[in-house]
Amino acid sequence: MSEHAHVDEHHYTSTGLDNRKLAIWTFIGSECMFFASLIGVYLVYKGRDLVGPKPHAEWMLKGVAQEPMLEIALVTFGTALLLFSSFFVVLALNGAQKGNRKQLIGWLCATIFCGVFFVGMQVYEFNHFYHRGMGYTTNLFSSSFFTLTGFHGTHVTLGLVWLISVLVVALRGKLPPEKALNLEMAALYWHFVDVVWIVIFPVVYLIR
Amino acid sequence: MDAAVHAEHAEHSHPTWQTYTKIALVLFALTALEVWSYDIVHRHSPAGLATVLEPVVNEVLLILSAIKFALVAMFYMHLKSDGKLLSGVFGFSLALAAFIVVALLIIFSYLYQVHPTANPLK
Repeated sequence: MSEHAHVDEHHYTSTGLDNRKLAIWTFIGSECMFFASLIGVYLVYKGRDLVGPKPHAEWMLKGVAQEPMLEIALVTFGTALLLFSSFFVVLALNGAQKGNRKQLIGWLCATIFCGVFFVGMQVYEFNHFYHRGMGYTTNLFSSSFFTLTGFHGTHVTLGLVWLISVLVVALRGKLPPEKALNLEMAALYWHFVDVVWIVIFPVVYLIR
Repeated sequence: MDAAVHAEHAEHSHPTWQTYTKIALVLFALTALEVWSYDIVHRHSPAGLATVLEPVVNEVLLILSAIKFALVAMFYMHLKSDGKLLSGVFGFSLALAAFIVVALLIIFSYLYQVHPTANPLK
């Protein structure tokens, strides 16, 4: 009976894979195409602005020369945080699979902490840009930049909500090793937002 | 299957924390290399290295990014150990995604050649 319940709980398919895992990978695949469209549009519009602000060059506002918009140091810090959060979440998953509750909760908290700082960095950056005269409809760069990085930030925020909900379940002691897949799915989504940023960071911030 | 057996199965199929740590260090080093390459070229310092790197800096940045992408997908997302079907699903999606980007670039490159002042927003 317990063996039967176990098989039901894991939702195995004829492929030998858990169907929830196949589902999350299919979802990630569709998200790849979504972000590819946004990155493609950013590249198509790159360098075609008729007016400032400019991402990498000086631009004029009411006759006064303005600094380039993008601040590489701040975003590099955010990128490092997101990369480390991916490392922390695999350590949390490792803890969940071994039944090590302390390792699971500690590293999951560290992941969430890094994610919150990354979102905070983006909010600061957007606010800073707005106060320097770059609104959503100011020029092609601003529209494509805010759309691409804004959608990514939204995905990070959703990932954080997912991870926090898994943390709450873990804190209640309801995430035993046989249910580690619940964290693995959230972790796969989290890694996905990380790999999307791995592409966005050089394309938007480093390549002129 | 009890918790211990499950943990043993998971440990066999997924990398160890030592591997995860090595990958994290490599990812951090590659990110530092990306920013360093950008800095050398755009500050022109040291001048000799900047001259060599300038014509290829975009390609270098894209290659470093691709390596980081592959490392996260293979080790952190467990594609290396989780079976070929999942790699196939992700690989097919990535191929379609690359096709979308290339198609957009070709279409708009043609549009701008034919109509240099075209505004795609109108």
